[in-house]
Amino acid sequence: MARIVGAVTTSHVPAIGNAIARGTQEDPYWKPFFQGWDGVHAWLAKVKPDVAVVVYNDHGLQFFLDKLPTFAVGAAAEYQNADEGWGLPTLPPYRGNPDLSWHVIESLVADEFDITTCQEMVVDHAFTLPLKLMWPNVERCPVMTLPVAVNTVQHPLPTPTRCYKFGRALGRAIESYDEDLKVVVLGTGGLSHQLDGPRAGFINKDFDAMCMDKLVGEPEALTRYSIDDLVELAGTQGVEVINWLIARATLGGSVSMVHSNYHIPISNTASGLMVLESRA
Amino acid sequence: MASRPRYAHRNIPGTTIFDGVQAQKGYALNKMCYSFNSAENRAAFVADEDAYCRKFGLSEAQRTAIKARDVLGLIAEGGNVYYLAKFAGIFGLNVQDLGALQTGMSVEAFKQKLIDAAR
Repeated sequence: MARIVGAVTTSHVPAIGNAIARGTQEDPYWKPFFQGWDGVHAWLAKVKPDVAVVVYNDHGLQFFLDKLPTFAVGAAAEYQNADEGWGLPTLPPYRGNPDLSWHVIESLVADEFDITTCQEMVVDHAFTLPLKLMWPNVERCPVMTLPVAVNTVQHPLPTPTRCYKFGRALGRAIESYDEDLKVVVLGTGGLSHQLDGPRAGFINKDFDAMCMDKLVGEPEALTRYSIDDLVELAGTQGVEVINWLIARATLGGSVSMVHSNYHIPISNTASGLMVLESRA
Repeated sequence: MASRPRYAHRNIPGTTIFDGVQAQKGYALNKMCYSFNSAENRAAFVADEDAYCRKFGLSEAQRTAIKARDVLGLIAEGGNVYYLAKFAGIFGLNVQDLGALQTGMSVEAFKQKLIDAAR
């Protein structure tokens, strides 16, 4: 049976891609961020996943506002990255696993999550950069991937409660797949940041610390917040923490934190990073 | 008579929630910016801004804000920041430049504000 070896939650800002392209990881500005990944690399070398399920939000590459799914699941043999319009280098394609995808889709719909199924899907920086950060030294992502896109762009967004339940269902879907695959679930985005309006540059260190703490021991606590609460406390883009909540929820009950990092700022964002494992 | 929209949001200072009201108002503008995923379209915009805006049916207010590179004006007219970032990308501006423009700060001061948020 497939087994979820853990969850990795991380920020995904485009500027990370520029830092990688320019080779500025060791610069004083970027070092506290990139160094935070050493612990993830050590963990990956130990658990050796076969598949990465990536819970992220698309920023107007795959989906426009004409038809915008709340939850969309990839079912392609390959996923391409593409020009997003702001100068990031395009990364090589990602391998999919259609059989696993369709199993997850069947399971989610049976579990009453009527997701959108995507046999073609281009993936943006929120998908590609976290994978590049996980495996920085290989040209192509070495594991199979399964994109799960969550609408954090156009309100109404799915509530934190709905996201938590979705994550539980996603976890059940993955772990009922009958092939022996080791799966890591990524949740990308956040933490607190706001790009738009006179409140641009808003960051909330205390709220981020609370989120990271609750995600380990009491993730249900985050379901008490409404989306408006999250916008107010974490910023308009800080709502991306719902992707973290989904990734955490795939692990179910008791987890331990293997590694974490928190650093302000990268670009306009407070960056967070956590590796969580189910307790045996 | 129309009922009060359920998507009425809490008033958060300095913040426009991109909801159904904004999404309808900004549809043409965001659609134009979505087209900037393609290098060919970015070049067509640069070659003739007015013609490009006309093609997408932007409102007068949206065209004025595009001309003035007025980010707050574009948000008021329904622009979504992810799409506006593609517009800004044409001029080599990133989200930190956008932040400075929207807060009336210099880019350096805006960056410093973010560094100070760590304290």
